Amino acid sequence: MTDQIFAYITHKNGVADDSALELSVAAGKINADAAVTAIVAGAGDSLSAVCDEMAKAYPTVWKLDNDALAYPNAEVIRNVLASILPDNAMVLVPHDTFGMDLSPGLSVKMNAAFISDVVDVEGLSDNTLTIVRQEYGGQVSTHVAADISSGAVINVRPGVFQPDDIAAVSGEVVDKSDDIEITDAKRRFLETVEAEVGDVDITKSDVLVSVGRGIEDEDNLEIAFDLAKAMGADVSCSRPIVDAKWMEKSRQVGTSGQTVKPKVYLAAGISGSFQHLGGLKGNPFIIAINKNTKAPIFQVADVGIEADILDFLPELTEAIEEL
Amino acid sequence: MEILVCVTRVPDTAENEIEVNSDGTDIGRDDLVYSVNEWDNYAVEEAIQIRDRVGGSVTVVTVGDDESEEILRREMAMGADSGILLADGAFDGSDGLGIARILKAEVDKGNYDLILTGAQSEGGTAEVGGMLAALLDLPFASLVNQIEIVDEKKIKVGREIEGGNIEVSEIDLPCVLSVQTGINEPRYVGIRGIRKVASLDIPTHGAADLGVDPATVGADGARVKRMDYFIPDLGEGAEMLEGDTEEIISKLIELLKAKGGLK
Ligand SMILES: Cc1cc2nc3c(=O)[nH]c(=O)nc-3n(C[C@H](O)[C@H](O)[C@H](O)COP(=O)(O)OP(=O)(O)OC[C@H]3O[C@@H](n4cnc5c(N)ncnc54)[C@H](O)[C@@H]3O)c2cc1C
Repeated sequence: MTDQIFAYITHKNGVADDSALELSVAAGKINADAAVTAIVAGAGDSLSAVCDEMAKAYPTVWKLDNDALAYPNAEVIRNVLASILPDNAMVLVPHDTFGMDLSPGLSVKMNAAFISDVVDVEGLSDNTLTIVRQEYGGQVSTHVAADISSGAVINVRPGVFQPDDIAAVSGEVVDKSDDIEITDAKRRFLETVEAEVGDVDITKSDVLVSVGRGIEDEDNLEIAFDLAKAMGADVSCSRPIVDAKWMEKSRQVGTSGQTVKPKVYLAAGISGSFQHLGGLKGNPFIIAINKNTKAPIFQVADVGIEADILDFLPELTEAIEEL
Repeated sequence: MEILVCVTRVPDTAENEIEVNSDGTDIGRDDLVYSVNEWDNYAVEEAIQIRDRVGGSVTVVTVGDDESEEILRREMAMGADSGILLADGAFDGSDGLGIARILKAEVDKGNYDLILTGAQSEGGTAEVGGMLAALLDLPFASLVNQIEIVDEKKIKVGREIEGGNIEVSEIDLPCVLSVQTGINEPRYVGIRGIRKVASLDIPTHGAADLGVDPATVGADGARVKRMDYFIPDLGEGAEMLEGDTEEIISKLIELLKAKGGLK
């Protein structure tokens, strides 16, 4: 069973997502001897480019070319995969918004185990795959053992399996387009609406004061804006602040918000979930201020301060103003 | 429109620091504050708003135990018309698929047009909604942050994808949607609201009532099992600034100057 591992390749405009190679690393950790097959579904010319790119990392690439796959509608792709994957297969999918949409239902259709948001692989023995995942927004980790005797759909957290040392291969692209079955979709893609642009473009900011749920109340936002003004910084935030409608969506840092690349990032009352950190690029100097010393943000920050931000931020502002 | 919303009771991460217990078998449960899962609360609010626009009813359901009743009542105080508790010793230790199977059995007893779940809960697996849809053979969309009722047969939904962009699709009813936070502003529920629904009857359905084969749910039916809880050793982490506030602030200011954090 486990010598059959598949990786679902996410791609856009002829370019594979970063997760494409990460899945190959994750597959190698599950079973170093497995022959891993990349599955690239889509339509038209751009698809061939992605397949060729993938053939440099995967020994076999399945190309699924069909107009119905031009946009990755999870329902259509779920049915295609369920019809084409062999019994008891293991398939890896990135745990992004597409993977979250596709995979749970795919596991049911394949009668396979579903293992979500994997951050590390412990090992495989017989039919038990043991992995590591996190709960409570990354505050605690768990070992999870899955019975994969009838296959598995494994969602892999983006960004953790870094492809530093993938040996280049010259894989074979196999056109499987004639083997797939396209069914009428009960969910039909209409359009993508781009996120709204706001008054400040935080993607251009060198210094960000970023606030999270620890700010507790809309009225307290003022202390973050005061600090930012003193520092010459802009204010950004985590998702709960936008959900509460306290700040514009355009100020949200994270996978479902903006990708920022400041020099300095001051995270105040932010726990450090992977979706938040996913929007932080360019290796900034991270300062975390949090009253919980066990908050995951302290694992990625350069400098940490254990403090109540409601007291600390105003004091810091005052000290900077006095310089 | 008959709407079912699946909800769950979880330790509130905004109120608790979650830690591992002494033998690593569980999180520390002493003095934990529980609440309804954040995502579910948005799902219930959305259901109530849809009902208020187009008519129908909202039922909230949870797989849980006696203590889960409090969150059903809370969501009924928000405006859900009725609540159902699915509880049975045989359900203990279910994995996501087990929970989805139990919910499916309850869905089969009703006549729902729209079934909502939260996008994920404390475990972050984001699995129950998609599994439930597949078990029911209904269309599904995850991370929904817009719902527009087109007519009795179909709706338009927006899914929040990377970068906050919205993927808009048309989807046939009945369907299952998992709801993302931020879709609406859930209304506040006070003690008085909860008191008003305190005497409403909440039926409990067990495995036998639902016709669920106990072997397919609970710990025995689970293919995916959590073995422990632990805190990983992730190396050094942040350099913690120590001292009194004044000292910390002056150290921080020096660092900010050095790193270009002050203009
Ligand atoms: C598909 C998907 C996409 C997502 N996209 C994003 C995204 O783009 N961006 C994003 O941010 N999140 C995103 N999330 C949500 C994410 O999972 C977390 O829920 C969120 O990042 C948590 O925000 P937070 O750290 O502000 O809040 P919490 O996790 O609640 O953390 C608050 C922190 O503040 C601390 N604190 C509380 N009070 C104080 C105080 N007075 N002083 C000091 N510290 C205090 C607490 O100890 C805690 O560590 C997404 C989730 C999903 C499912």
